[in-house]
Amino acid sequence: MSDSVRLDRNQIAKRVAAELQDGWLVNLGLGIPTLAVNFIPEGYDVIFHSENGIIGMGPQPADEDVDTDLMSAGKGPVTLIPGAAFVHHADSFAVARGGRLDAAILGAYQVSDNGDFANWRLPNRHVGGIGGAMDIAVGAQQVFVTMSHTDKDGTSKLVENLTYPLTTRACVTKVFTDIAVISVTPEGFVLDEVAPGFTPDDVIAATAARLIVSDSVSTIAA
Amino acid sequence: MKQKKVETIEDALDRISDGDTVLVGGFGFSGIPEKLIDGVCERGLRDLTIVNNSSGAQKLGVAKLLHNGCVGKVICSFPWGRESKIFTDLYEAGKVDLEIVPQGILAERMRAAGAGLGGILSPSGVGTEIAEGKSTHEIDGVEYLIEAALPGDIALVKATKVDPRGNLIYRLASQNMNPVMAMAAKYTIVEADEEVALGDLDPEHIMTAGVFVDRYYVTGRYKPDGWDGAWS
Repeated sequence: MSDSVRLDRNQIAKRVAAELQDGWLVNLGLGIPTLAVNFIPEGYDVIFHSENGIIGMGPQPADEDVDTDLMSAGKGPVTLIPGAAFVHHADSFAVARGGRLDAAILGAYQVSDNGDFANWRLPNRHVGGIGGAMDIAVGAQQVFVTMSHTDKDGTSKLVENLTYPLTTRACVTKVFTDIAVISVTPEGFVLDEVAPGFTPDDVIAATAARLIVSDSVSTIAA
Repeated sequence: MKQKKVETIEDALDRISDGDTVLVGGFGFSGIPEKLIDGVCERGLRDLTIVNNSSGAQKLGVAKLLHNGCVGKVICSFPWGRESKIFTDLYEAGKVDLEIVPQGILAERMRAAGAGLGGILSPSGVGTEIAEGKSTHEIDGVEYLIEAALPGDIALVKATKVDPRGNLIYRLASQNMNPVMAMAAKYTIVEADEEVALGDLDPEHIMTAGVFVDRYYVTGRYKPDGWDGAWS
């Protein structure tokens, strides 16, 4: 892996953003998912939903235009796109559970090869934060997870069975890591793309679950 | 006409008692009824069950109630945050109980209470820790958790505009859980930035109908506690 360099957060965000289609309604989790907003293809009308009741979030405003009543779920100041709408919390989650989200992009601690994922509580902590994750993941048409492929100790975050507390069963459709793009299929994980300089065998070695290599495996356009 | 307006915070809060379940609006810095919360702290109320999205940031909202020893239990979706350790400290010391609920189900359990329903069938959290001890029900091959309605004794709601019938308007994203909380409590107390005359609100634009509001207090618009950025 001498020539291989793991993708950085922005490169992962750019790759997942390439999945979004014109006209989609999308919810973004905190961290890398939020960065995807910076990589929407020119001319695409992608509408962003914020769980606190904003449909049609726009980019961050200038400091002097910040309004405490207009912030994202991550408490970051935002603006509105033309035609944006506000709803209350119950309706905001009706958008999610009711199947109106074309995609949700979420972070995770672990993803299993049947599409279960864990992102709300570390096993060694008494208290975790569910927030909107369980409702959003159960309702979104597609759940894209962005995360590093392994933790700091090199342990795979892609697993056969979760060891972290479950957020939602069988919901993840695709995983975007710093070394690969992997689909979750009825047969399990399928390796679609590798980061520049990585081989499928490198990704297999870094994954603690069976990984089927796609016939058309390609290199991520980083 | 029913007299819903009160002139003091004390009068606004005269129906709250120790041990009540209190629904408190607000998300982030927005839509938090800070003046009513201050009033609860000053009353020295104890053993309240507080329902909010989170356990509070910094010393705002629920965190302020926790700091003042008013809280016996928190029902929320997000009980920890980088900005506030007070909940975690009290919880780990066994001084406050927690019921963690997915955010959308928290709102929907309150909407059910406000609509006179006993509960809802929820797809969120099936198979997870939060399903432990809950009954399930299957419809068309899909498994749901039976989640009880979540009524409040009291709701503390923040609105932007109120009229003498208690009709409410909320600016930008400040409504968050306030409208469902107003519906879900036996007694709903509102603090509003501004009062307008009867007939000044366009009936087509009213966001919470006054039938869900029992009492209101006019605070004037104020900057959220702990916010040091731009504000107008």
